[in-house]
Amino acid sequence: MQLSTFKSIAATLLLAVLATGCATQQKPYDYATFKESKPKTILVLPPLNNSPDVAATYGMLSQVTYPLAESGYYVLPVALVDETFKQNGLTTPADIHNVAPAKLREIFGADAGLYVDVKKYGSSYIVVNSVTMVTAEAKLVDLRSGKLLWEGSATASSNEGQNNSNGLVGMLVAAIVNQIIATSTDASYNMAGITSARLLMAGRKNGMLYGPRSPKYQSD
Amino acid sequence: MTIRSPLRVSLALTLLILTGCATRQPQLYGWGSYQQQVYQYLKADGSKSNEEQILALEETAEKNRAKGEAFPPGYHAHLGLLYANAGKEDLVVQEFTTEKTLFPESAAYMDFLLRKFKK
Repeated sequence: MQLSTFKSIAATLLLAVLATGCATQQKPYDYATFKESKPKTILVLPPLNNSPDVAATYGMLSQVTYPLAESGYYVLPVALVDETFKQNGLTTPADIHNVAPAKLREIFGADAGLYVDVKKYGSSYIVVNSVTMVTAEAKLVDLRSGKLLWEGSATASSNEGQNNSNGLVGMLVAAIVNQIIATSTDASYNMAGITSARLLMAGRKNGMLYGPRSPKYQSD
Repeated sequence: MTIRSPLRVSLALTLLILTGCATRQPQLYGWGSYQQQVYQYLKADGSKSNEEQILALEETAEKNRAKGEAFPPGYHAHLGLLYANAGKEDLVVQEFTTEKTLFPESAAYMDFLLRKFKK
């Protein structure tokens, strides 16, 4: 009797833990330096690419303006910034990430720099499922002081919440079709958009703070 | 019903995962195809000419004006870049200046670009 009571309590607890996923309390992020810095403008550097897909840098770079701007920041025009780097002989993300913050501040006049590192980018055919996955990390650095203001990471994958209920043959066919769709319509680019929003949209747990152009500025 | 409910649950779950715990809020800007055009420009695979990219942005601009939506940061500056590649100098100056007017925070960089461009 007592054992079964214990079991049911344990099961209830487990269920509660699973159900409250979003609400779990982690160590709160320390925003002190971020709040003190009050950045208005963000310079996004061309992302480092640690994935095998050469398209990762530009795929990610062209998706980051949306979440940052909608969170209330001015984002320097990413393609123009890339051209400016090229005209100054900086052609690789690694070279660009090594430029001193003060120098970036001098040329672009931005308050903060966003350093993105793409860890995973692309589609792969894993046994019975074709998966498109984009994973990235980001660091926001104050270009005036060189201090780290915030860092985070995010991932998005095409097989999230997918339930296989069509049997093995159905799954294999679906996987092949997925792979074709994945490569022909640039699924990685679309996935990079979701990763980017999860990574940089303000108002998320341990995420970016709202910027001055947002009505929610300084409410977080 | 019994067959459909797991599907409905998984759809709801997907939505929940995609939107996380954040709530939706109205957008600050009218984006149109801006980010797609930036992608076209950066990947430079020749699938869309400079002229076609300009037309796509001009189309978004018209829609934004008709709907009274604000232009996102970088929109006018990027259009200026495309005009520069098309050799339309007066339009470049106009777009960079518009960017600066809409977003005074961009002044340092826009002035840097205008100095380079005018010399």
